[in-house]
Amino acid sequence: MAKLKVYIDGQEIIVDENTTILEAAREINVDIPTFCYHPDQKVKGNCRICIVEVEGYNSFVAACCTPVRAGMVIRTNTKKIRESRKLILKMILANHHGECLSCRRNGNCELQSLSQELRVQENDLDQFVEDLSIDRSNPSIVRDSNKCIKCGRCVEVCHDVQGVGAIYNINRSSDMKIAPAYNKDLCEVQCVYCGQCINVCPVGAIYEKDDTEAVWDAIEDSKKHVVVQMAPAVRVALGEEFGMEAGRIVTGKIVSFLRKIGFDGVFDTNFTADLTIIEEGNELLQRIQQGKNLPMLTSCSPGWIRFVESFYPEVIGHLSTCKSPQQMFGALTKTYYAEKVGIDPKDIIVVSIMPCTAKKTEAQRPEMTDSGYQDVDIVITTRELARMIKQSGIKVDQLEEEHFNNPFGISSGAGAVFGATGGVMEAALRTVYEVVSGEELEKIDFENLRGIDGFKEATVEIGEVVVKVAVVNGLKNAKMILDLIKEGKADYHFIEVMCCPGGCIGGGGQPIPSTNEVKEKRINAIYQVDLTSALRKSHLNPVVKTLYEEFLEKPLGEKSHELLHTHYHDESEE
Amino acid sequence: MDERKKIIEIIEKIGATPDKLIEILLAVQSLSHEHYVSEEQLKLIAQKLNIPLSKAYGVASFYSMLSTKKKGRYVIQICNSGPCYVSKANGIVKALENRLGIHIGEITNDQMFSMEYTSCFGACHLAPAIKINEEVYGNLNPQKVNQIIDKLIKEVV
Repeated sequence: MAKLKVYIDGQEIIVDENTTILEAAREINVDIPTFCYHPDQKVKGNCRICIVEVEGYNSFVAACCTPVRAGMVIRTNTKKIRESRKLILKMILANHHGECLSCRRNGNCELQSLSQELRVQENDLDQFVEDLSIDRSNPSIVRDSNKCIKCGRCVEVCHDVQGVGAIYNINRSSDMKIAPAYNKDLCEVQCVYCGQCINVCPVGAIYEKDDTEAVWDAIEDSKKHVVVQMAPAVRVALGEEFGMEAGRIVTGKIVSFLRKIGFDGVFDTNFTADLTIIEEGNELLQRIQQGKNLPMLTSCSPGWIRFVESFYPEVIGHLSTCKSPQQMFGALTKTYYAEKVGIDPKDIIVVSIMPCTAKKTEAQRPEMTDSGYQDVDIVITTRELARMIKQSGIKVDQLEEEHFNNPFGISSGAGAVFGATGGVMEAALRTVYEVVSGEELEKIDFENLRGIDGFKEATVEIGEVVVKVAVVNGLKNAKMILDLIKEGKADYHFIEVMCCPGGCIGGGGQPIPSTNEVKEKRINAIYQVDLTSALRKSHLNPVVKTLYEEFLEKPLGEKSHELLHTHYHDESEE
Repeated sequence: MDERKKIIEIIEKIGATPDKLIEILLAVQSLSHEHYVSEEQLKLIAQKLNIPLSKAYGVASFYSMLSTKKKGRYVIQICNSGPCYVSKANGIVKALENRLGIHIGEITNDQMFSMEYTSCFGACHLAPAIKINEEVYGNLNPQKVNQIIDKLIKEVV
């Protein structure tokens, strides 16, 4: 690739051709402000806040979408530029409902921090904000169009990464807004509630439905026995909310916090992830033996489940009937655990802490009541947990590390890797291999299934069968696999699908920013948790064994079917 | 359903690919006297072209030649660009509003007329001018406006 010499603010720099001015500037640590630009997305060039001056050009150019030319002389910080950027910012602010103090993104808002950096002290432009109703139509996601700055990042992620297309630019000019067709509410269109739009929103226009108050109320209710479960991806991300570097593992501190604020039992979703592996592994073996409904598709990711139900109902039979670990936990807590501790399940409240917004909707599915009650009562995201910690005044970084409670506190590293793309597959292979062959699996790390790539595959010889598996993350990639299945061309036995790019560590409830760079660090931490676990295979989990002995009897048995398996519905429009 | 078949025919004739969306929308819109693409029609088109409904709606709601809301049998477009504006297009609007009992953006109860603003359609020499469906009427005053409406009502009766 040819190299070019350009000058930025007097500094000479040599860059590849096709580099944009923005990229060139960032190489030499010249910071040009941006809104619509996102490191993991296509260049859009619609907000114009990144304008710069180029010698010989009559007008400003947008740095994000202008490639450098040989000898270009660029200025990023002149009075004219500063004034113009300020004007652009003021125009955005004039259409933005600027209630910073009560805004969900107060303190973590790109518009707010830029207003500070560019020193917008007062806005002499007339404020023109329509009073649009806030969409609170569903259990997962809230949309407040009054705060939308129309950068288009949510639209891109919804269409190009997830292939869902629930929202788009509607109308034109000053009437343009980002909304579902016919300006409907999200619950009226085929939104899967993955929350990826939240993670890329620069402002507070899209956010998770906050359920923290319900959690506080539950804890304070002395008549209730309140237990909590935490998903694997939460422990490697929460620290970011408290200024720690991405990928810091804070499991013990979270456990300690949860106990301190009054939970009666602090448990690990990794435990039911182990259980999922036993059930799902056996289901896979059964299907291979019967040659039925292959490839089998994983079912732990509720955004993915909604996607199949909405867009590929003909593939429903391929989904594993296993409930997600969250739901297995709820069903067992209100049956097995209730019996063990001698508490009436009606007095038990199950709270989950998840990296995921779709989990909120999953918990409310009408079929998730096999215990006789709603199996999981309240779901909060990693961000909401951070909010609760901040509210409590407890300094989480200074807490002693504590362990989960028994019985659902013991888990294997295989349960932990559920949090990263490829993890469920890896965990399943570790167990299925040993169960079928009766031999110990020597090399238990399946490196070629790891990492953030959208599509990965592998073959493993298990006994006499060569098992072909694939791993996809991001629904657009899943679409590709689904089309192959529809055409009868997918010759895999087992496919893991995670709705969100990177898997659960990139879920819609995780700390913001959640860029690929951050996600890689979270993934590394997940494998660190696995590596440092005493147990690394689900079937060796002693509590899982006890659970079968005392209660479930056998995998895919009657009790399992009653409590741990589910069914799906055709939710397509036709 | 008859209409469904007709739309599928149109799509097959023009081509069931996303790049043909606008052409298909225009053809489907011209099927009815209501000058719009209904939600049901749009859903069918989106499905056949394999694009999200939101995208089809985004396109249909962007172009002023396309409508997602029911319009009158006669769509009255009043030019509000400079030359018509200074030639008292306002008076024309008032005359129409008085006569039809609706405002800009509305439709009469009998679904006969709807009114909307439009940008210049090149009849500045006839300012103030309006367009009713494909026909241009110029050099207007309130009296002429009433005559035009009378004529159109008679046409339908």
